[in-house]
Amino acid sequence: MSSSTVSLRQGAPRPAGRRGPRFGAFEPWFYLAPAFIVLIGLLGYPIFQLVNISLYDYRQAQVSGAAPLEFTGLGNYQQLLSDPQFWAVLGNTVLFAGFCVVITILVGGWLAVLATRLRPWVRTLLFVVSMGAWATPAVTGSAVWLFLFDPTLGLVNKTLVALGLHAFDGYSWTYDKWSAFGLVASEVVWCSFPFVMVTVYAGIQAIPTEVIEAARLDGASMGQIARTIMLPMLRPIMMIVIIQSIIWDFKIFSQIYIMTSGGGVAGQNLVINVYSYQQAFAASLYGLGSALGVIMTVILMAVTLVYLRLIKKDGEAL
Amino acid sequence: MSILSAVRRDSRRETTIPAPAAGKGTRKRWGADAVGILLAVVVAFPLFWMVLSALKPKTALDAGDSLPFTLQPSFDSFVRVLAVNGFARYFMNSVVVALAVVLVSTLLAFLASVALTRYRFKMRTTLLVTVLVAQMVPVEALTIPLFFLMRQAGQSIPLVGLNQLGSLVVVHVGFAIPFAVWMLRGFVAAVPVEIEEAARLDGASSFRFVRSVLFPLVAPGVVACSVFSFISTWNDFLFAKTFIISAQENQTLPLAILTFFKPDENDWGAIMAGSVIMTIPVLVFFIAVQRKLVSGLAGAVKG
Repeated sequence: MSSSTVSLRQGAPRPAGRRGPRFGAFEPWFYLAPAFIVLIGLLGYPIFQLVNISLYDYRQAQVSGAAPLEFTGLGNYQQLLSDPQFWAVLGNTVLFAGFCVVITILVGGWLAVLATRLRPWVRTLLFVVSMGAWATPAVTGSAVWLFLFDPTLGLVNKTLVALGLHAFDGYSWTYDKWSAFGLVASEVVWCSFPFVMVTVYAGIQAIPTEVIEAARLDGASMGQIARTIMLPMLRPIMMIVIIQSIIWDFKIFSQIYIMTSGGGVAGQNLVINVYSYQQAFAASLYGLGSALGVIMTVILMAVTLVYLRLIKKDGEAL
Repeated sequence: MSILSAVRRDSRRETTIPAPAAGKGTRKRWGADAVGILLAVVVAFPLFWMVLSALKPKTALDAGDSLPFTLQPSFDSFVRVLAVNGFARYFMNSVVVALAVVLVSTLLAFLASVALTRYRFKMRTTLLVTVLVAQMVPVEALTIPLFFLMRQAGQSIPLVGLNQLGSLVVVHVGFAIPFAVWMLRGFVAAVPVEIEEAARLDGASSFRFVRSVLFPLVAPGVVACSVFSFISTWNDFLFAKTFIISAQENQTLPLAILTFFKPDENDWGAIMAGSVIMTIPVLVFFIAVQRKLVSGLAGAVKG
């Protein structure tokens, strides 16, 4: 009998330290190499380059070689930190992402709870249409929401005018800063609440009925059961859903870019990702744009660390 | 367990969030159902409006027709975008890029996941954590370095340079691999060791086992993971906009739709028809893999 059968009898989860006939200890590396070469080239190296470019004064002249490349250290960062527009953009991003996350969680959570109380066919209907919204690409979702809120041809304004609100005749939703953000947020919530709803619904279903039954027998009221049993049991899943939403909404690009035509009137609707794009590819300030990219990455990586710790707590073995 | 079958199964095992008067009398229940139906209509409305507007005649749209139906459905808008605006070409560009990304990224990710689950070696855990972290990198922040990387690469390999579909394929392969490895890992690990032992006893080489035994066994996982790569590549707007600067013939769907936006004279029929054409493939694939969405919490499908 070969040694592998022995390890099988011992119940080893996988063949430990086995050696292939041809590649020996290098065998796993033979399988790994292609993927990791791609990852190093297309994620590792660009991250290094992002930081690198952010430390230089890198503009169109430097790209074309007309002017010498000048190392400016943290110059780009200093320039950003002392620029009121940067702080305005960062504030916009945090407010906008925060608003989207809160509304998405509230709507998704509420619908998940509602779904548990629906007849099966109504629930199936709700889930099917929600998946339609979830699947819609950001570009086409933005297009249809923009059409619905078009100043003259949009259904929303036409309906409001028909209801007697003549102030909405030709009203532009994208002209005012906050109504523009509100419009984009509606589209974002529309296409991201299904993720929350489906996940929280699965979480509710995973709560054993016995636990609730036992509490009921002990005389707990419905409100007490919801507050003291269900909410704590849903906490881990809520945290994951919240953090995932933060990550998505903080780096939104397509919706803002399309619905506010690249950042709104005088850049009032710029968020950090769009701002970085505009600085680099519209103003040719590649160094400054990269510094913004670094700042965004650092913020999101901090959020991700929290996320990873939560997943680890959930007990998934590597 | 798919979302829909889960939804159906629950009718037998109702875990209901206690509402003040849940389950008491049917009137309350109908109240919840009415709210549910109303919300379903609201959620579906933008998609309904998209399809409806694509089917309305151009004259009706330009006149501001806001009826929730149309008596003269016409495919004029579709014909217009496909024939006049060359939408078929952009559609094919999107298909080519997405399929190339799916093929290459899934193959590479499958091989890597084999190494990371079926072998034990020193750096295994480190590499797994690397993959997990790589999956979390906000790729949008890498637009600038990747732009210059592709510009440089294009000087020696024109096929992957700026303005070429190849540049989009290359970057999306990089973006798709971490999630694909992470997802396929579970499928590969689920194949029992006994099968591997049996294959070895039958004299199969390691590569033969991976190719002829393991790959067919994890095919469902490969399909699911392909769909994820497909959707994220298909939906990409930022990189398509950054890389395809002047070569109009190499645009993909998101950019093509954007070109219909003209200040104050948007051709909404064309925009909506284009949107329908772009949305349908994603919708089909999305429904095909919906069951993976609940378990794959980390799936960042939306851009």
